[in-house]
Amino acid sequence: MRLPLGTVTTLAWRNLWRNYRRTLIMLAAIAVGVWAMIFMNAIMRGMTDQMVRNGLNLLPGEVQIHHPAYRADPSVVNSMAPPSGELLAALQAAPVEAWAARVRVPAVVASEYDSRGIVLVGMDPAPESRLGSLPDTIIEGRFLDSADDRGVVLGASLADRLETDLGKRVVIMSQDPDNNVAERGARVVGIYRARLRSTEDVFIFAGITPTQAMLNLENKVSEIAATGNDYRVAEGWAPGIAAAAGPGLEVRHWQALDPFLGSMLSVQDGFALVFMVVIFLALSFGLVNTLVMAVFERVREIGLMQALGMRPGLIMLQILTESLMLLALGLVIGNLSAWLSIKPLESGIDISSVAEGMEMMAMGTTLHPALDYRDMVLSTVVVIGLGLLASLLPAWRAARLDPIRALAKN
Amino acid sequence: MSSISCRNLCKTFSQGEEIITGLDQVSLSISEGEFVCLSGPSGSGKTTLLNALGGLDTPDSGEIGVGDYRLEQLDKGELADMRLQTIGFVFQAYNLVPVLSARENVEFVMQVQGVPVAERRQRVDEVLTEVGLAGMEGRLPAELSGGQQQRVAVARAIASRPRLVLADEPTANLDTHSAAQLMDLFVALNDRGITFVIATHDTRVMAYARRVVKMQDGQIISDQTQDPHAMDV
Repeated sequence: MRLPLGTVTTLAWRNLWRNYRRTLIMLAAIAVGVWAMIFMNAIMRGMTDQMVRNGLNLLPGEVQIHHPAYRADPSVVNSMAPPSGELLAALQAAPVEAWAARVRVPAVVASEYDSRGIVLVGMDPAPESRLGSLPDTIIEGRFLDSADDRGVVLGASLADRLETDLGKRVVIMSQDPDNNVAERGARVVGIYRARLRSTEDVFIFAGITPTQAMLNLENKVSEIAATGNDYRVAEGWAPGIAAAAGPGLEVRHWQALDPFLGSMLSVQDGFALVFMVVIFLALSFGLVNTLVMAVFERVREIGLMQALGMRPGLIMLQILTESLMLLALGLVIGNLSAWLSIKPLESGIDISSVAEGMEMMAMGTTLHPALDYRDMVLSTVVVIGLGLLASLLPAWRAARLDPIRALAKN
Repeated sequence: MSSISCRNLCKTFSQGEEIITGLDQVSLSISEGEFVCLSGPSGSGKTTLLNALGGLDTPDSGEIGVGDYRLEQLDKGELADMRLQTIGFVFQAYNLVPVLSARENVEFVMQVQGVPVAERRQRVDEVLTEVGLAGMEGRLPAELSGGQQQRVAVARAIASRPRLVLADEPTANLDTHSAAQLMDLFVALNDRGITFVIATHDTRVMAYARRVVKMQDGQIISDQTQDPHAMDV
């Protein structure tokens, strides 16, 4: 016997609209549930994305190359030669979009009033700009104009703490490879504002050439950072860089460099699934109630169909089809609403009123909801999967009706 | 050839602590093409017997054969298939699907049977014309009178070309004129070889039958053949 899908779908569709108020209410509940699942996940993903990006800005670079001992002791002793040969070729090829070599060492900065422990970053601003690791905003003065720039750029918060200002001189002190004090005076040429105050307090930027000269590093660097077009896939191309770098250097992607930061993405994915399941479990009670009522109201008809020769399996299929149509409609409306409400917000939601609290979560003052189409797929799978599962009971009960008793129902 | 046979059918129902006998050792044989009325007062067992013959109800004991099927050997799904392929049902309360038009109600069984669309449409046109409902194909049951609804139910029962039509009090909700029209239709269809078994206590209906099986307290108390309209009142 052929499966009469046409009959089943026609009956399911028309039955769905017999009690249109109930159907519309359930449809609204599913649509709002789906919208909430996707919208909330977009907010969470936006927050996670920002936390990861801010974290990467602190690193910075999706893949980093160091002397094998640098991570344990980030001093000038553990520096390395700038990239050349096979490694340079790998850094200049896809999927690497930008790379930069820098000196990054612990140091002390002192003004005439105060001194602070900081991280001195000696950089060439041109490649760093392509890498996206320059400070967010220069609020006074300018940024470094070349690798040879002899000035320094301080964070606004650090400048406040040191009670220094644009145009004033500060002294930077560190150690050279022979453990001698290396120091130089430098003029503050710029003050930057970062999304995180901690960034402003810690990082001082200087030209790489005067920094190497101060530290007696010749042309050595302490870090090579590379970035691709998507931080989520850095783990995939890092081994290629490692192979080119050879065994004498340590190559790590950002998830390995900062496991906490790395775990945020998988935590987010897990959270998305849990959130969707919880929302839909609540919704499924309404769905089951709707279907139970729909079956209860049509007991006689279902008995008739059985009497006329519709197999119990087909009765089940009809109820499940009805449920599927309701779920599918709810999904379309929910997904569409989510897309329409998230897209205009992707340029950013101002959360400056709670900025201090958000900073504790490594967040800035603007939240960019991130619509991930996988969330739409996931919500569809969860809603259809759990929805059909919840519909099995009323469908099974309908299929088990005794036609004689069912036909006798008024 | 025997179209329907049953032997020693027994069926009891419990109503609270009381046990009610629905069928008590009922044996009956109906040949293909017969027009049989099961008659008797309410509670005599005629509907119970009709339901058992149609595979809608399972007797406590006994055997039922419908064509080549042995009903006691079939599971729920196979019984549904048997009904689909062999039997047309006409119920007292019309029992049409309210969301389907007259045409769709008639098509329903054929769709489940898997009859091709073109053939299905041709058959629907034929049977709706035959039952006098040409031009009303698109109407929903709620837009039809009781008599018209019952004729749609008859059209549905015969469109799938069953060998047997089981009807339970088909005229109970019809006025005299509609009842007579319906019975004339049944007789015409019976003349084409379709076996009819009708459970009724309506003497007007019995008058159309060639054989009347009287029941009382779950037993057959008489089984008589007659000339149609012999009992005409």
